[in-house]
Amino acid sequence: MSSELMSNEIALLAIFLLSVFVGFEVVSKVSTTLHTPLMSGANAIHGVILVGAIVVADHAKTTLEITLAIAAVILATINMVGGFVVTDRMLQMFKGKSKPKKDSGDSK
Amino acid sequence: MSRNLYDLIGLAAGICFILALKGLSSPKSARRGNLIGALGATVASVIVFFYANEGRALNNQTLILSAIGFGVLVGVPAARKVQMTQMPQLVALFNGVGGGAAALVAIVEYLKLGSDATTAVVIATVFTVIVGCVSFSGSIVTFLKLQELMTTRPVIFPFGRQIIGLTLIGVLLSGGWVIASGGTTPLLINGLLSLIFGILFVLPVGGADVPIVISLLNAFTGLTVAASGYVLQTTLLIIAGTLVGASGTILTKLMAEAMGRSLFGTLFGAFTATAQQSAGSAETRPVKSGSAEDVAILLNYAQRVVIVPGFGLAVAQAQHTVRELADLLSAKGIEVAYGIHPVAGRMPGHMNVLLAEANVPYEQLVEMEEINPTFPQTDVVLVVGANDVVNPAAKTTPGCPIYGMPILDVSLAANVIFLKRSMRPGFAGIENELLYDSKTTLLFGDAKDSLTKVVSSLKSL
Repeated sequence: MSSELMSNEIALLAIFLLSVFVGFEVVSKVSTTLHTPLMSGANAIHGVILVGAIVVADHAKTTLEITLAIAAVILATINMVGGFVVTDRMLQMFKGKSKPKKDSGDSK
Repeated sequence: MSRNLYDLIGLAAGICFILALKGLSSPKSARRGNLIGALGATVASVIVFFYANEGRALNNQTLILSAIGFGVLVGVPAARKVQMTQMPQLVALFNGVGGGAAALVAIVEYLKLGSDATTAVVIATVFTVIVGCVSFSGSIVTFLKLQELMTTRPVIFPFGRQIIGLTLIGVLLSGGWVIASGGTTPLLINGLLSLIFGILFVLPVGGADVPIVISLLNAFTGLTVAASGYVLQTTLLIIAGTLVGASGTILTKLMAEAMGRSLFGTLFGAFTATAQQSAGSAETRPVKSGSAEDVAILLNYAQRVVIVPGFGLAVAQAQHTVRELADLLSAKGIEVAYGIHPVAGRMPGHMNVLLAEANVPYEQLVEMEEINPTFPQTDVVLVVGANDVVNPAAKTTPGCPIYGMPILDVSLAANVIFLKRSMRPGFAGIENELLYDSKTTLLFGDAKDSLTKVVSSLKSL
């Protein structure tokens, strides 16, 4: 293994470990009210596997590879697009009720 | 587009995801957070078209674009049209397809690399396939459970423990086989066994614990995305997947705590579960059922009323009617509050979403810890389509599926009214002793119809 490749691996490891800490940190103080939207939002974020699906679909050669890759693109798109839309719908409900209160509080 | 530029844009998308999760953790910024996440994901998906094939049009580009179009046509209407009550299972389904996609990505990349794959890449591929497949099939089972297309009770089968154990060993052995010898067949066997394991793993989970499992599978999918990011050497996928994996793990733990469940107990309940005590014999016992007028009179002479909404209210779409009733009582000078159990509905926070949809004033929604001490001063508790969250068995019956879950202590109030469709037990499938208590009145029927009748009786009093 060349040293260049090795340092790349270490960079990826560093990214992985830092992401673990960030992931732990950002959600550590969330109220139960937001558990469902937060789960749904995180769910949508992993839909970004679409990027990976597009990459493999690009260099798929055999029929089997192409079929599997295209299936991955479809599934990933459903995950990503559907996930963000449903999360937004959930959060709209919250806006409806807490905004008026906030407005009266914020108006100077 | 150069690799550097592509990586920088990928990094920006990763930061969008961090901001999205951060935003989603607070009610004020939640919606914006979600939109930032969507922006990051869109940018990342568009930019890959300009990079993946060194600036030229992608191979299979038409096919890819049609697939995306098809995915949008399926995903968006599903997300738009779903009833708020059915949203948890939709989230489960989206999660499952994401896990499936990650597994497929790793498989295709593995097929392409053939014998060029390094051991580290093969290990990451095996990990992705195992966890992705478990997440996919497990999520489908949670979907079926929540949609009530199959029983919501824990499914216990003979030798279940041994079968699950053997499947897990098979998954690990076939994974080792792929790493040791490579080839397509071992990987496909590995994937198949993982799919079976996912089903077996979720089947014994009881209805009340399903949300925790969804959250856990969500974290799993995150990790598979991270692993496939390693296979493809794509930084963005590693960042996004790991963020979801880590935050999903914490979220699962928080949820389990809110429900008073140990994560371990939930997951391995299958291995220790005993046959449930039958609920059948109890159903012949007498209960006190009343008419809408009786209920209206009870409410009319109360000083303080607490409404405990449950999933039945959501199913009947009775949010608006219950608010009408609450407004009417408030107008008569009666103090009204809603007691919201953290897992009322099907998921933590689900009920808040549903009531917010009906414009129930935020200050009337009182969380469990705050409302519990007030029940002794409460004249009437109106339980609308809830059961498990007020079931004293959670305190009194060790070994029942909800034992240890914090409940709303409605039995401390002077009177309890249950609006129920039937004597059928709640989602967790456990008999509720409170239904037979002498201070309990039952009003059978669809929650919305019953509430409408109570409202009209109340008006005529």
